[in-house]
Amino acid sequence: MRFTLVIQSSPYSQQSATTALRFCKQVLAQGHEVYRVFFYGDAVLTANDFNAPAVDETGLLKGWQALQQTHQLDLVVCIAAAVRRGVLNEHEAGRYEKKGFNLAAGFELSGLGQLAEAIACSDRVIRFGGAHG
Amino acid sequence: MADKKSVLLVNRHPPYGSNMARDTLDVALTCGIFDLPISLLFLGDGLYQLLDSQNPKSIEQKSLQAMLSALPMYDIDQLYVCAEDLAERDLTPAALYAEVKVVDAARLPELFQQHSTVLTF
Repeated sequence: MRFTLVIQSSPYSQQSATTALRFCKQVLAQGHEVYRVFFYGDAVLTANDFNAPAVDETGLLKGWQALQQTHQLDLVVCIAAAVRRGVLNEHEAGRYEKKGFNLAAGFELSGLGQLAEAIACSDRVIRFGGAHG
Repeated sequence: MADKKSVLLVNRHPPYGSNMARDTLDVALTCGIFDLPISLLFLGDGLYQLLDSQNPKSIEQKSLQAMLSALPMYDIDQLYVCAEDLAERDLTPAALYAEVKVVDAARLPELFQQHSTVLTF
C-alpha cells in the first residue's frame, strides 16, 4: 500500500512528532511504500539544521535524515510555512536577504501542490499533530 | 471504498486561536487547483468557521471568509456539517455563511465510505 504522511507537530513539543517518525519506520518495515512525507505548520521546524537537541533525546532531524538516506524518502517541507518560521534554503535566504540558511540535507522546500499530488497518488494519507498534539 | 479518487477533508478546528483552520482550507483550495474532487466536513468547533460576520481584526487576524467564499470557484461545493454538532452549539444552517448539507452523526460513516481518501485535520 502507498502511504503519504502529513506532519503538523511541533518537533520538540509534541509526542506526535516522534510518533510520525516511528509510524513511518514501521510502514516501511512492513513493506509498504511511503510516497511522500509532507511537513506542514510547525513541523517545518523539524528541518531546521540548527536544531541541537540534547544527546539523550530522540534526534528527530537525524532520524528523518537516516530514513531518507536508506529509503530515498521524499521529504517535502511546505515553503510558505517554512519561510515564515525561518527555515530557509539558500535560494530563499537570498530572496529575503537573510544572513544564512538552515534547511537540513535530505529535505526540500516546495508548495502545497506537492501535498495535493501526493493525496491524489496515495492509498492512505495519515496526518500527525497540529493544535491538539 | 469508492472507485474514483475523491477526498473528504474533515475540518474540526475553530476558525481562530490556532492556524489549523486556515491550514486546512489552504489544503482544500490547493486540491481544488489540482482538480481533485474535494468535500469538506465541518465537525465540532469547526462549525464556527462557517459563521457569518466574522470580525477577527480585533485580535489582529485575517478573516477566513475570503478563503471560504473562494471554495465554489475551486469547484468545492460539497460542504457537510453534523446535525448533532449544530444542535449542541445552538446553531441552524441559516446561521452559516455557506450552503451546507446537514448529516446525522449516525450517517457519517456512510459519508466516509463515499470517499477514497479521508483526511482529518
